[in-house]
Amino acid sequence: MNVIFDIAVIGGGNMGCGAAIRLAEGGMRTIILEQGDIGQGASGVNAGTLSLQIKRVKLMPYAIKGHEEWQNMGAEVGFHKTGGYTLAFNDREAELLYERMTLKKEAGANISFVSDKELIEKEPALARKVVAASYCGDDGYANSLLSGQYYRKKIKQSGISFLEKFKVIQIRENSDGFEISSGGQTVVAKRLLLACGGWMKDIAAMIGADLPINARINTVSVTERAPRLLNSIIGHATGLLTMKQKENGTVLIGGGWQGKGTPEQGRGNVSLETLIPNLQLAKFALPKLSKIRIVRSWTGFEANVPDFYPLAGRLANKENVFVLGCVRGGYTIGPYISKLMGDYILGRQPEMPLFDPSRDFK
Amino acid sequence: MYDVIVLGAGPAGANAALEAADNGLKTLLLDEQKVAGGQVWRAKSKSILKAPSTEASEKGDELRTKINQSAIEVKFNSRVWHIEKQDDDTWLMASDAEQLTAKALIIATGSQERIIPTQGWTLPGVIGLGGATVLFKEHMMVPGRRTVVAGNGPLVFLVASEIIRLKGTVAAVVSLNNRIDWLKALPSMLSNPSLAWQGFKWIFKLYKMRVPVFWQHGINKIEGKEKVEGVTVIKVDHNWHKSDQAEQYIPAESVCYGHGLMPAIEATRLAGADHHYDELLGGWVPTIDKYGRTSVSNLYACGDNAGILGVSVAPMRGRMAALAVLEDLTGKKHNKKDLKIFDKAKKIGLAATALSIPRSGLQSFITKDTEVCRCECISRREIEHEIKTGALSPNAVKSGTRCGMGPCGGRYCSESLALITQHISKKTRSEIGLSTARSPLRPVALDDISNEIDYDKLPIPGVSPL
Ligand SMILES: Cc1cc2nc3c(=O)[nH]c(=O)nc-3n(C[C@H](O)[C@H](O)[C@H](O)COP(=O)(O)OP(=O)(O)OC[C@H]3O[C@@H](n4cnc5c(N)ncnc54)[C@H](O)[C@@H]3O)c2cc1C
Ligand SMILES: Cc1cc2nc3c(=O)[nH]c(=O)nc-3n(C[C@H](O)[C@H](O)[C@H](O)COP(=O)(O)OP(=O)(O)OC[C@H]3O[C@@H](n4cnc5c(N)ncnc54)[C@H](O)[C@@H]3O)c2cc1C
Repeated sequence: MNVIFDIAVIGGGNMGCGAAIRLAEGGMRTIILEQGDIGQGASGVNAGTLSLQIKRVKLMPYAIKGHEEWQNMGAEVGFHKTGGYTLAFNDREAELLYERMTLKKEAGANISFVSDKELIEKEPALARKVVAASYCGDDGYANSLLSGQYYRKKIKQSGISFLEKFKVIQIRENSDGFEISSGGQTVVAKRLLLACGGWMKDIAAMIGADLPINARINTVSVTERAPRLLNSIIGHATGLLTMKQKENGTVLIGGGWQGKGTPEQGRGNVSLETLIPNLQLAKFALPKLSKIRIVRSWTGFEANVPDFYPLAGRLANKENVFVLGCVRGGYTIGPYISKLMGDYILGRQPEMPLFDPSRDFK
Repeated sequence: MYDVIVLGAGPAGANAALEAADNGLKTLLLDEQKVAGGQVWRAKSKSILKAPSTEASEKGDELRTKINQSAIEVKFNSRVWHIEKQDDDTWLMASDAEQLTAKALIIATGSQERIIPTQGWTLPGVIGLGGATVLFKEHMMVPGRRTVVAGNGPLVFLVASEIIRLKGTVAAVVSLNNRIDWLKALPSMLSNPSLAWQGFKWIFKLYKMRVPVFWQHGINKIEGKEKVEGVTVIKVDHNWHKSDQAEQYIPAESVCYGHGLMPAIEATRLAGADHHYDELLGGWVPTIDKYGRTSVSNLYACGDNAGILGVSVAPMRGRMAALAVLEDLTGKKHNKKDLKIFDKAKKIGLAATALSIPRSGLQSFITKDTEVCRCECISRREIEHEIKTGALSPNAVKSGTRCGMGPCGGRYCSESLALITQHISKKTRSEIGLSTARSPLRPVALDDISNEIDYDKLPIPGVSPL
């Protein structure tokens, strides 16, 4: 390829694709490089929970905007606004719930505390062991399985070039910008956006940046089709359980329990040590799950830095290298923060502040 | 902690366990069936115990006696749903709510049927060729009153001749293979005359009974309103693509139908072993050395799941894997005599498998409206749409359509999906690849895998950051 792209986006998840679409709209000649298939990283395997109740206080304004984006994407991404309950099963959790949800409410989320009676009326299948619960009517879910299909279509419509099965293994700086190589093929671009999710640390290292990134490996399980058990999405005061029953009857169980493996080694594996308590917690909250069969449990990678806030901005000392990742709740926030990132690279003032990737993390 | 756990008590796995135990290794043999014997040496069910025994049931009884007399620990009705390598390089497995550990793991999960859909294949009255053999062996039953037996590979003729032995009626045999395919397999089969003879005995028997045999034909459509009423058959070309010659109608009440066997590789894939595509061995197989060592330390594979070579070599493959375990765990060497015998026997297996290799034209039987994924009711049309809009890997197609996401975990539709992808993209099977292997190996109810909990004892890690 003799073309010099204005920007190469490494990583075809919802961060990379979202930003690329904004950049192409802004007139940049854009290419996405993806080691696997578009939208099959974290963006394609996550639990799909769109919940303000599990968002961090400081990220609430971004999450609220994110929800608007999902609502607009609508049926194409399997969006459902069901409302969601967060449950506490003992006094310690109730205290935690109260303290946390109050702060989140102050940050703008439409959260209220609900009575036992209301909860039982709305979600009769839940265990009658709930000590306290909160509700947010804006919560819901989308179908992360459709990320690849959705973004592939959108990036094609935006005239963005993309290469799948293109694993970046080397980046060289030259007078034109960057030569990005997969070993076999080379792509040349003036700018770089690193949006490679759980794999970010290694890619950043290719251009000499040492970012304090850790990969997390989250577990999700899905059941066979079951009779209607839940109407809303369900969370837990600690954040360690999410449940939703999709339209087709399958129940998705998540909560960020950690599996085994590293992004370098492949797709990772679930670990019995965490899978079992994750499922036990689900069964405890929703006893009717007992007789339902699990058909698949899997893992996916996401990245975080020590302060658990996003990396979104320009790398220090690298005029033309941008980073977007490590966003907690990144499925929810991705479609919005990636637009901000696009604006920033295009030289526009983003609607909300970004997160300097070269900040001091202590 | 066991020295070795053997998963699968067919001819391969059971012999691996015998060899391991005879050499003093602490051995556990697991199978989800009620007794040892696997697919081919399946035990008769209680109701037919008095029925005359067959060679297969005798061999099975002999094997079961040997196991009883050995030091092997056995666990039947044991559904292994999870396999995990631990940090100290040993194995952790889950069989329902029970957790088992071992230094080495031998996978001997055998084969599974390959069935490429055709119109009407989901009608009641249609069963797989392998499924039919289970009926014969366990219950001495035939599938229906008038049966059409169709597909490719030796099982077609085995099933047809068994139906006749059990006094059923075979309306027709519809074989994708032609006579030349069979003649080509002859020379290598003759190195094991009894086996070759058996194959030809089946065919003679059918001719003697004047059963119509349609060589180089396939079932174009299985007809019927609520159940099978008949089939139309059509000639195929050398690639097994449907020809444009006229179809013929055959009335029937049941159909036994299949396209050979393929290695059951979910367990070795879940355990992380490298796999490659080898048409001659029946499809995707774990990459192993001659003794069955996989790419992962302390993980071994033997039997049909390591390449379809059939029952004649399965016991030997099992013993060889056990000797490899012995050598790797204790440093004890063994003589290499087995290897030579194995190489010779392998040829016979390969010849039989050659008849079973599905050819690319088979995709032409899957019409646009034919359901490919039965669990999720996904038609070829939906799959093609997904591929044509850019989803080129099995994972991508699966995500977009839900093909393979039901309780069977894609075990049955992955082959059809690959054939369709291959037809559209012109990529090789290796390039197309496989979708990711995940737990559970079999669907498991939450109650079966986790006991009741004391909520306050749940190992809840720190709460998420505020
Ligand atoms: C199991 C799980 C459950 C989750 N549940 C939720 C949830 O319910 N709600 C929520 O809001 N968030 C959830 N998240 C978080 C959310 O999924 C992620 O924050 C978000 O999808 C990240 O998007 P991304 O584009 O940064 O990463 P990804 O989608 O992982 O995209 C990064 C891409 O970069 C590619 N790449 C990496 N290295 C290279 C290379 N060398 N060359 C080329 N390409 C490369 C990868 O293949 C990948 O496709 C969950 C995450 C996981 C893992
Ligand atoms: C349905 C079917 C019918 C067949 N009929 C014949 C026939 O009639 N004649 C013939 O010559 N060949 C037949 N074959 C081929 C024959 O199976 C093999 O050649 C031979 O049995 C190979 O032996 P094996 O030990 O490798 O596998 P198998 O005999 O298949 O043994 C594998 C064992 O592993 C067990 N297993 C697999 N997964 C799990 C799990 N997750 N948990 C617990 N246990 C597990 C299975 O229950 C089975 O007992 C048939 C194959 C199939 C699939």
